[in-house]
Formats: sequence, C-alpha cells, structure tokens
Amino acid sequence: MSPPDSPDPQARPAAARVAGAMESFSRDIGAMSAFRLESCIHCGMCADSCHYYIATEDPQYTPIWKVEPFKQAYKREAGAFAPLFRLLGLKRAVTAEQLTQWQHLLFDSCNLCGRCSLICPMGIDVTALIAQARHAMFDAGLAPPELYAKAAHQRLTGQPEASVEPYRDQLKAIGARFDVAIRLDETDVEVMLCVPRTDIVQYPAAVAALARVMAFLKVSYTFRSDGLVAENYGHHAGSPEWQRDISLRLIDQAIACGAKTLLIPECGHAYSVLRWEAADLYGAPLPFEVMAVTEYLAKELQAGRLKLGTAALESATFQDPCQLSRKAGLQHAPRTLMHAMGVNLKEMQDHGAFSFCCGGGGGVVDIESAAPLRYRTVETKLREIAATGAATVLTSCCDCRRTFDDANRHFADHESATVRNAVRAAGTAEAASLLELIAQHLRSDETAA
Amino acid sequence: MGLLGLARGPALKVSVGIFCAGVVWRIAAFAGLAVRREFSRPRTSVTRYVADGLAAIGSRSWPHPQFVKRTGAGEALGYSYHLGLFIIILLYGPHIALLGSLFGFTWPGLPSSLITGIAAVTLTLFLGVLYRRVTSPVIRMLSNFDDYFTWFITASVLVTGLTASAHLGARYETLLAIHILSVDALLVWFPFGKLMHAFYIFPSRAINSAILSRKGAPS
Repeated sequence: MSPPDSPDPQARPAAARVAGAMESFSRDIGAMSAFRLESCIHCGMCADSCHYYIATEDPQYTPIWKVEPFKQAYKREAGAFAPLFRLLGLKRAVTAEQLTQWQHLLFDSCNLCGRCSLICPMGIDVTALIAQARHAMFDAGLAPPELYAKAAHQRLTGQPEASVEPYRDQLKAIGARFDVAIRLDETDVEVMLCVPRTDIVQYPAAVAALARVMAFLKVSYTFRSDGLVAENYGHHAGSPEWQRDISLRLIDQAIACGAKTLLIPECGHAYSVLRWEAADLYGAPLPFEVMAVTEYLAKELQAGRLKLGTAALESATFQDPCQLSRKAGLQHAPRTLMHAMGVNLKEMQDHGAFSFCCGGGGGVVDIESAAPLRYRTVETKLREIAATGAATVLTSCCDCRRTFDDANRHFADHESATVRNAVRAAGTAEAASLLELIAQHLRSDETAA
Repeated sequence: MGLLGLARGPALKVSVGIFCAGVVWRIAAFAGLAVRREFSRPRTSVTRYVADGLAAIGSRSWPHPQFVKRTGAGEALGYSYHLGLFIIILLYGPHIALLGSLFGFTWPGLPSSLITGIAAVTLTLFLGVLYRRVTSPVIRMLSNFDDYFTWFITASVLVTGLTASAHLGARYETLLAIHILSVDALLVWFPFGKLMHAFYIFPSRAINSAILSRKGAPS
C-alpha cells in the first residue's frame, strides 16, 4: 500500500484506518517478526527494563503490550490457526478505537531504545516489533501529526520544515559565524558529511566543530546541498516508503560525490537508519561505508592522525546514545576519545549498553503530546546523572542533548518547588557535545611543540 | 477396553498424532513466511555472530546483572518449577520405565518418596506462579486464556500424578488412567498454546541474539 495521500491522515474513516493498518501489518510480518510474536511467554519482564514503566509503574507501558493489537491481528489473520481463531471468535478483529488508543503507546511512550531486547528471557527484539507496528500505524493514518508533517516535508524538500533561509545557507552562515570553512557540493571526496537538523537550528557550534575536525584531519570532505539532513522523519513517523525516499537523497549524493564514507554526526537514529536500514530499503549493499563520527574519530585517533590535548573538565559523565552504544556496540569509541583528552569520567549506574534512554529518541522529543510523560521519565536519568556528581554530561547525540536541555528548562519553571529543587539537584550537570569538546582540544604537532 | 486401556491406547495415539502434526504445522506456518534479506554490512564476522547467538542460549538463562534486582526472583521461580517438572519426568521410576520402552535404554532414578516431595514442592511453586500471574499488574494484563489454561492443564498432570503415586481416592488403575488422560490432554493442547515455547526458546534466543551481534550490539 502506498503512503496515504490525505494531508490529514487523522481524518480518514475508521474502517479505512483499520484496513490500512492490518494490510500493512500482514504484508510486513515476515518470518522473523512472526517468530518473535509466537515466542512471547507473557512473563512481563520487559517492563522492568523500560524507563516508561519504571518511572510510572503503569503496566500499559510494558514494551510487549505496545504491540498487543498486532499480536491479536497476527493470530487472527496470519498465524498457524488463524481460521480456527476466526471461526470460533477466539480473537476479535482489531478496532479503530484500539489503534487510536495504541498511538500513545507506540509513539509517545517508546523511543525504540532497545533496552527491553536485553532483558527478554526468550531473547525477543521487542523494538523490531514496535518499529513494524509503527509502519501499520502510519498506514492507518495514526502517525503523530508532528512526525507526519516533518516526514512529508522532508520527503518533498529534503528539510523537515520550512525555513526563511534554506539549511544550506544556514550552514554557510554557521561557517562564517564560527570562522570555519564549510565545504559544500564538492566532488571526488573521501567523506560526505550530513548534519542533524537539530544542530543547525539549536546547536550550530556542533556543526562548526564537525567541519573543524575534518579540516584538522586534512580529509577531503563535503556537505551536499541536496543531501544535507541526517535525521529521517519518515522512519520516526513509521513509513518505510518515505524513509527510503529520504535515505535515497543521502545515498544518491554520496554516490554523486564519490565518497567512500558517509559520516553521520552526533545523531543516534540517523546512524541507525543509514547504517542498518538504508541498504535494505535501497535493495543492495551501499557502495560506501556508513560511520558514526565517534567511531570515525576513534579510528583516526588509534591511527595517530588525530591528536588531542587535555580537556580542562572537572568531571564528566557520558550519556550513551541508545542507537550507538546499545544497538550498534559503539560504547567504546566515545570512551576512547574521552580517555585521550584525560576526561575524568564518572559513569552512571546504568551505562554503556544498559544505559537508560534520554527519553527523546525515536521522534518522541518532537511529539507535543508526549512531553508530560517525557519529563516524568527523564527524572530517572537525571537522578543517575546526579549520583555521579559530574559537572558535565557529555553525549554524542543531539537528541539526547536537546532532551536534557528541554527537561532542565521545564523543571526550572516547574510549579512545584519540591519537584523543581529535586530535579535541580539532579540536573545541574550541563549537557554538552563530545564532538565540540574534541574540536576544542585538537592538538597539532606545532601545538604540542 | 477399560479406562486405562483407552488412556494409554487410542487416546495416547491420537494425542501424540495431534501433538506432532500441530507442532510441525505451527512452526511451518511462520517459517514459510518471507525472510527479509539484509544488505547492510555486518559489523562482526559470521563466525562471531553465530557464536554469540549460540552463546545466548545459555547466557539468556539468567538476567544481566543490571536487571537481577528487578527480575531475578521471578526468573528463579520460573526455573525452579521447570526444574521440578524435569526431575519428575526424567527421574521417577515409572516414567523411566515408560521412556526406556521407547528409547531402548534406562537410567537410574530417584527414590519415589523423594520424587513425591519434589512434586509437592513443584506444585507449591506452581501455585506461586499462578498467584504472581493474578497479582502482578503487568503479568495479569498480559495474560489470556492460553496462560491460564496452560497452567491448569500442566497442574492437572502434576496433581493426577501425585494422587496416582499416593494411591489417593480411587483404585490405582483408575488414578493412573486419569493421570495418563491428563497427559493426553496436555499433548493435544501443546501445539495450540504457549507450551510451544519448549520448541521456541533456544532458537529464539540464538537467532535474535545473532541478529544483534551482527550489528556489534551486546546480546
């Protein structure tokens, strides 16, 4: 089924929503997802890994419960005994009301962080099921309006939103403001860079840091006007078709400029989408390597091409981006870089692959209706940060950074003095970019001498 | 043909037939669906992710240290009654004799009195599992007919076995027939419900973990 044409998917009739969702789900189910649904033993342990359940103790946030209508649909429509279930009325058809109710569970209260996949005694990757359920929700016209609008805009224009100045011009302006050369639309380069929309809009210093580090390494690189944005809102909204179209912009540009590497800056989901999913949607192995910036810089450090000075940080803790540390095994690269700068790293109780999500990933930070729950769940993380006693929170994901900054602003204005003080105690640490720290501590041989 | 003859004759044959056909059909129904081809470059070698997948069969038997505080007790309860069931099935004299007639060899068992004690403990653990299922908000919400009926039918086998071995309430032949009929019922139910996890658990751990390991992710 092609993506819905209606500009307002919420306006589609209920029956069409259900038909769309179930058709999409039946089409996508595949052997592996069916096996995952079959394997669940209803032990409920996944709840004990999920920051939404831990913060609220509300059972509806149990990860596997978030795919319950789809489990119901699978058994009724596609499972081994589906005709029996239908004949005897053992599984009811999924209703529009049910799907509408599940929008909150599939979008507002899941970051696709994958922590639940580490706890399941059957080994089930629950996140993979939730991502697939999001596809069906998109086809049902139940993607959150913010994500739908950004995805639609990005698919058409390359930018997830309209801006007075196009991003490419903003990028040049960032270069001028931070006094760093921005190489744009070059060809025959080693590396193609993209940039998170969040960094352009909110953290321009991180964009400048990326360009500065690449210039320092004397690597031929370029940004590409027609493949600039790292994030993929098609993925967040749940449309594989739109996700593919958005990924193709970057793939086509990387091929056009002859890049051997597509370097993903500090954005966990952008990395995950391009590193693991883009080739499948492209239908062939990508003719270039996809690397996260921390992974790339750690490699350069180990090769001796990147030299770093000592950072004058009193102490820092590190927020592991889920898509990098947990789902791609990249927890060592940032630590290698921090170690090289002499960072006094104070680990959180749950760190590395077991780190709690910031609560903003998977598009959640963009969903307005998700904000109250997001603020509630981020407290778990803020308490862990406070327990480290670190003065700075370093991270390599702009969405983690944005989520922390947003939470700190929210709690600073909280109406309850008790809550405000508790979170202030927990959240005094400032969220900062690891890439920016690296760019500030580049050490050339002349500097060392 | 008496009740005992029915239970271990035609009823057992029919139930074994349903069990075998049902298990094969249930697995074939999803295994026959499309398998998506992966085009992304793996981070680890085939050898590494296959090895990690196989290792997860064992390592997933107990939660990672980060989760033990929250889930350790529940997992321990689950494994305890499974262990009890395996001991009763595999180390009780009459069961060994039955299995021996199928496999052609036997092995030493445990004294009947000890097995009776283990069965009583297992039944108590079984009641604990049910209590947990109805009192835990999360597990209660996830539970459906399958969970409760599977519990009932497995508990029935345990209870009828205990009463038969203790010769309680009726003639031994009648008690034994009821016990075997409860096993027949369990075999019939097996492919339709969650007892299928006996076939799924190791492949599920191995395949999901291998997929994670392919990306370099911990499993």
